[in-house]
Amino acid sequence: MTEKAPAKRVIIEPVTRVEGHGKVSIYLDAKNEVQQARLHIVEFRGFERFIQGRPYWEVPVLVQRLCGICPVSHHLAAAKAMDIIAGVDKLTPTAEKMRRLMHYGQMFQSHSLHFFHLVSPDLLFGFDADPAIRNVIGVARKFPNLAVQGVMMRKYGQEIIKVTAGKKIHGTGAIPGGINKNLSVAERDALLKDYNQMLEWARGALKIARDYTVEHLQTLAPFGSFDSNHLSLIRDGGAMDLYHGNLRAITADGTKIFDQVNYQKYYDYIAEEVKNWSYMKFPFIRSIGPENGWYRVGPLARINTADFIDTPEAEAARKEFMAVTNGKPNNITMAYHWARMIETLHSIEKIGELLHDPDLQGKDLVVKGKRREEAVGLIEAPRGTLFHHYRVNKDDQVVMANLIVSTTNNNTPMNLAVQKVARDHISGKARITEGLLNHIEVAIRAYDPCLSCATHAMGRMPLEVELFDADGKMIESRRK
Amino acid sequence: MTVAKQANTLVIGFGNPGRCDDGLGPALAERLSGMNLPGVTVDSDYQLTVEDAHTVASHAVTIFADADVSGPEPFRFTPVEPGSVSGFSSHSVEPPEVVALAECLFGARVHAYALGIRGYNFNSFGEQLSKKATNNMEAALEFLVGAIRNSSFDRAVSNGRK
Repeated sequence: MTEKAPAKRVIIEPVTRVEGHGKVSIYLDAKNEVQQARLHIVEFRGFERFIQGRPYWEVPVLVQRLCGICPVSHHLAAAKAMDIIAGVDKLTPTAEKMRRLMHYGQMFQSHSLHFFHLVSPDLLFGFDADPAIRNVIGVARKFPNLAVQGVMMRKYGQEIIKVTAGKKIHGTGAIPGGINKNLSVAERDALLKDYNQMLEWARGALKIARDYTVEHLQTLAPFGSFDSNHLSLIRDGGAMDLYHGNLRAITADGTKIFDQVNYQKYYDYIAEEVKNWSYMKFPFIRSIGPENGWYRVGPLARINTADFIDTPEAEAARKEFMAVTNGKPNNITMAYHWARMIETLHSIEKIGELLHDPDLQGKDLVVKGKRREEAVGLIEAPRGTLFHHYRVNKDDQVVMANLIVSTTNNNTPMNLAVQKVARDHISGKARITEGLLNHIEVAIRAYDPCLSCATHAMGRMPLEVELFDADGKMIESRRK
Repeated sequence: MTVAKQANTLVIGFGNPGRCDDGLGPALAERLSGMNLPGVTVDSDYQLTVEDAHTVASHAVTIFADADVSGPEPFRFTPVEPGSVSGFSSHSVEPPEVVALAECLFGARVHAYALGIRGYNFNSFGEQLSKKATNNMEAALEFLVGAIRNSSFDRAVSNGRK
């Protein structure tokens, strides 16, 4: 029997520059070797109950209260479920294309914000740089052109959301069975005015992400990386589709686990495990089991699962991306950023297609059908596959809701990334610097987690780092 | 890049209206918007984000109205200086960062103030403000409208309840 070494505990709380609240606990032994590292997420469980009793047509608006960052994704996932509840299997061309335009606008602004303002400080200044410089203001001072691009790309995406959803926050555009407005010619022309600039900036952002990854490949390849399964929606025929499709899951080497699965029966393929140390569930593929059935979602998974992308520039970029791993799935955690910028370019290409499509000025907006009682809505949100599952009674009230948000799907991978980086970069160090702790955050930020439902009011959410000895006594505390 | 100045005053009320008193900022924005005060732009959002810097840069004065977890009752009114709030989490940014970005990226000279309205209930779901928070919001609104009408924001800081 070996004697267990005393452990110290380092807590990073909350994780900065990720959405909402997160806490990282790192357990060190007497030799400062990492024994265990975990990402705890203070996720608000209870929103599903909040929805119960509300009429189904309110849900696409109501669920936007979940999140200040990706309300559009919740709006559309709920609307897709409520289409089915309303007995509608196929929308009018105008309704589907308006929703797609809204979704690509959301993808464009979300990815741009993440890359330019949350990730670029790490890439431009280095993971160990002085945190007083390594932030959005530091980028604005040293690389003002890049910072302006980030702001204006985000603003452009928000303008798309505003004209498709009715307003940029808590829009009402998508309703059960369709959409409540089309795109006016004036709105279209206003968006077209800045389109070429946005396309150019998206190309530039992709080049930055691609060049950085290729130039630093030796360092980045092992950073928080591990083999994993990947899951996403996929269109019939194998194209990437961020709005609609069927489920495809592949292994780390590209073998299909399941393909073209109708997501109305997702629960036959995906299960959720609860662990006593986290509020967030751990989804896994049923046929493999909880130990090895976890998977990644989001940009990296989507590029890996797709056979091709149906826009020319993004497809060329996908081929270059896949060539790095000889056509096999890319399991490099830091490659998320490159994949995210491929999707940004894809999104602006799709926005261009849609702005030139006269269906968006159509007048046929809503379809009606015969009421149903149960439905699932899925969408590829910026951070990954988003599941909304509802049951509605004969009085039109929601009686059951189950949501698996994108970040929940990435729960196990984020924990593994934290463990890997902690062991590779923190183990054995006599002193744990802010730069070392930032390595942990860099790995988490690659997933762009959205730990929403947090209040943000003044006086909250400092960053606290606490070090405990083996007896649980705090021996060091840091607050940003 | 520089931005042309538009209206005189921008009021951004921010917070999550689905989290009870966290919705104080948007609630104030809604009330103020209904008054249609000349020269005043009213915006409402879940949280501040980087593109707010562009809007702030185009206004002479900006008021950030938010719920305050532990400030004085019924509200506090303080100037906002540009700065980096490293450590405050998330995709959202804080008023000092928005001001810094407006100045740094868009060459604006920004006059900004934070109106922190004291709230009490932040830990449950619901779209109702607590009664005490509602009263604080009404007091803050009356104060703000007076300051806007008199264009006396600096005096309002020195005379305001802190």
